[in-house]
Amino acid sequence: MRQKLWYRQDFTGEKNHKNMPEAVDGHPPHPYIPNTEAQQREMLATIGVGSVEALFDDIPAEFRFPELNLPPALASEQALMAHMRSLAARNTPGTVSFLGGGAYRHFVPSVVGEITGRDEVLTAYTPYQPEVSQGTLQGAWEYQSMVCNLYVMGISNTGMYDLATALAEGALMSARITGRRKILLLDSVHPNDAEVVAAYCDRQGIQVEEIPARDFDAVDDKTAAVVIQSPNYFGYIETQDHWRQATKERGALMVVSANPISLGLLPPPGEFDADIAVGEGRSLGNHLSLGGVNLGIFTTKEQYLRQMPGRIVGRTTDRDGRVGYVLTIQTREQHIKRERATSNICTAEQLVALAATVSMTSYGPEGMRELAEQNFHKAHYAAAQIAQIPGYQLLVEGDFFNEFVIGRPPMRPSWINHRLLQKGIIGGIDVSSKIPHGLLLCVTEMHTREQINLLVKALGEVT
Amino acid sequence: MGAELDQAGRTIFEKSVAGRRSSVLPPLDVPKTELPVHLLRKSVLHLPEVSEPDLMRHFLGLTRRNFSIGSGMYPLGSCTMKYNPRRHEAVVAMEGFADIHPAQPVDTIQGWLEALYHLQGFLAEISGLRAVSLAPMAGAHGEYAGIAMVRAFHRNNGEDDQRRKVLIPDSAHGTNPATAAMAGYEVVQVRSNSKGDVDQAHLNSLLGENVAAMMLTYPSTLGLPDGGILEIAAKLHGVGALLYGDGANMNALLGIVRPGELGVDVIHMNTHKSAATPHGGGGPGAGPVMASEALAQFLPDPVIHWDANYARYDFFRPEKSIGRLGTWYGNTAVLLRAYAYILSLGSKGLRAVSENAVLNANYVKVLLQDVFNIKYGRERSCMHEVVIDGTRQKPAGVSTMDIAKRLIDLGFHPPTVYFPLIVDGAMMVEPTETESKETLDAFVAAMRAIAREAEETPELLHSAPHYTPVGRLDEAQAARKPVLRWRPPEA
Repeated sequence: MRQKLWYRQDFTGEKNHKNMPEAVDGHPPHPYIPNTEAQQREMLATIGVGSVEALFDDIPAEFRFPELNLPPALASEQALMAHMRSLAARNTPGTVSFLGGGAYRHFVPSVVGEITGRDEVLTAYTPYQPEVSQGTLQGAWEYQSMVCNLYVMGISNTGMYDLATALAEGALMSARITGRRKILLLDSVHPNDAEVVAAYCDRQGIQVEEIPARDFDAVDDKTAAVVIQSPNYFGYIETQDHWRQATKERGALMVVSANPISLGLLPPPGEFDADIAVGEGRSLGNHLSLGGVNLGIFTTKEQYLRQMPGRIVGRTTDRDGRVGYVLTIQTREQHIKRERATSNICTAEQLVALAATVSMTSYGPEGMRELAEQNFHKAHYAAAQIAQIPGYQLLVEGDFFNEFVIGRPPMRPSWINHRLLQKGIIGGIDVSSKIPHGLLLCVTEMHTREQINLLVKALGEVT
Repeated sequence: MGAELDQAGRTIFEKSVAGRRSSVLPPLDVPKTELPVHLLRKSVLHLPEVSEPDLMRHFLGLTRRNFSIGSGMYPLGSCTMKYNPRRHEAVVAMEGFADIHPAQPVDTIQGWLEALYHLQGFLAEISGLRAVSLAPMAGAHGEYAGIAMVRAFHRNNGEDDQRRKVLIPDSAHGTNPATAAMAGYEVVQVRSNSKGDVDQAHLNSLLGENVAAMMLTYPSTLGLPDGGILEIAAKLHGVGALLYGDGANMNALLGIVRPGELGVDVIHMNTHKSAATPHGGGGPGAGPVMASEALAQFLPDPVIHWDANYARYDFFRPEKSIGRLGTWYGNTAVLLRAYAYILSLGSKGLRAVSENAVLNANYVKVLLQDVFNIKYGRERSCMHEVVIDGTRQKPAGVSTMDIAKRLIDLGFHPPTVYFPLIVDGAMMVEPTETESKETLDAFVAAMRAIAREAEETPELLHSAPHYTPVGRLDEAQAARKPVLRWRPPEA
């Protein structure tokens, strides 16, 4: 049945208001609009115009002042919050969830919100006027420093929209650097990210080919880069050293997507001499929010500085020798280079990068190591327990971080999830289209032993 | 903002002392598994080691070195730096929104989906374009999605190979040509005429069946609504091309006119502009895209729809979708704020927003036009922004940059400077509707004082700003000798 894509709902009927208590029509002045009618009249007199409507004479008359069919305003805070609470109540995280697959539930230290909630960083503009933006700029410079350390890479930008777009920009950048028009993408990269990479490349006439994760021979001298995710979509660790060798032999670049939480424990892309290393920064001090808080970590080698997209903050001094920070190498960017810019990116994810910075500071090097280890141990404990349940198997052999794939052939993973949900447990991601009978489970430091045991017991009871 | 006792420039790394920490994890409650020794990080992890008090002091110190909406007005043209309502922050923090994983079964996220579905509807009402996707994560991302949809439309008609050109006015924001190039198009610049509108004669000479689309900002980056917009749309449609609207200036249009009714085929909105979501120092934002029925099937994935078969909201991938724009569904935490904002204002409230935004800009224009040059639109009303310039002050050796920096001393963030490119020494002033008459009067007084200083004591402008933690920074040095990160001391 063909679904209408456009939205038309009549807001005059009561039936549409069931979630909206007491609708209050906006009575000027609205709390967000200071000027009273008296003040507006004064201003109109200064301008020399009879009415506000007259200021819009240059808008085509036949289309002026449409009546917008929107719900009556919830102008009072009480009414708005009551409505939002009722919506929030219809989102249920379950007793416990074992979902991963590119979004992970990690702890959010209180200090993060105490900083990012401050008006001075929340409502600040892009730091084009550095003298009044040293907070944002220094914060960004510290962020750049920390992700370079974490990924063991030479330089970083201030962040891109998310992992998928960072990966796509990495592919485009590889094509620019090498002058080649083909990207090889391992089939173990997150399918959503792979789709975005392919789409971005296709629009610029760059070919993207999906290859098996060990097909080292696929690299040829037309290959701009090989794109790898490690730990991969299924949670398993890819052989970056073999890929580095294969790409080096053919003059291709290696672009690696790596979970930042894993890098407290696992060897970062920089240790394999990756050319470009990206990651999803949401896990560093942010809530899941339906996958709606994102940060595309983007790092590369110093020699590729001029080809790197995104904003970059550099350190410098003022006339009196005081140290300060500025946006730099802006000649790469859209506001200067326009159609010859490395990317069209402008507003990105600055506040999320600040959250990541505060979070990485809160953990410190020991904390990040311990965090990664806890993820590892809890996931391995879960996997070992599940493997012992009759009928269940670990479907993939190999080292994993905090995600793994189980199966109970011939049972469909969607059925397993359904049975788990009946007990209030949100299970895993059905990956059976890629691994027959496969269910992708994730365990983080947030899961307690009791919760893991609950899952194991529930899996054992699935009929 | 006075100078800090904690010297400007001391980074968190310089405050690190080995052994300190800001957090403790709960003890591991499961047996350990042997770590794979061949797969362990070898490089030292150089993150700062500080206590929690030092962490707070450091980052709070950073916040004290920022101007923000809480400090004063940002009259930044095309940025719409309006007040960001605080109740939205409380909304986003609710556990029922914050703790939800994107891959949860749809039955467990109906609250989220209802909010997003309704937001789509609000944006359809506002724009007059019924097909909406909330997936783009910034304005430029919305532009990219829109232009990719244009390309998909032409490809679907078998005309992608022949239509390689996108027309872009010389007054356009840099993201427009950058977007067109990124989407695989050739950019052709269209001149503006002496009124600041698109030069129709020049446009005529460029029109043809090799044109995919034109990108137009309405009102323009000069703050003026192009008088020829209906003709522009008709001419483009006449050669089978589409009209892309850059919605950065939508704060002038809410309840005033619907771009879709003027002939725009696809438009994006910057929620961190018109919909009051916080700018965050450079994001997160959102750039939802609204399109005509003809383009609906190409919308990015996902669109939220009402699935009548299951009586629930669900994700929908349009038939010939341009595909995903990101790993998940967009910056939904930002979108939730936009939803709450529009819900708080309603149709009358939104119209009051645009009316007051335009009133405020015209008020400022009228009070400054005798001291600052206005190249375009002197004789007509402006919309929500006015472009003045520093050409009258230039002969005294005072630059637009000097004027901008002196304004900082007087308590205001500078306006957008040196843009659009067609105005020499431009200053784009956009007060927004959330500024009071007193603030506008103070801004006008400050600008008039600076104009006097430009003539009488220009050296004050050259050396400005004077009261910030740092003075003008050596940007040439920053680019020449890039220092882009802290480096651990050599072992």
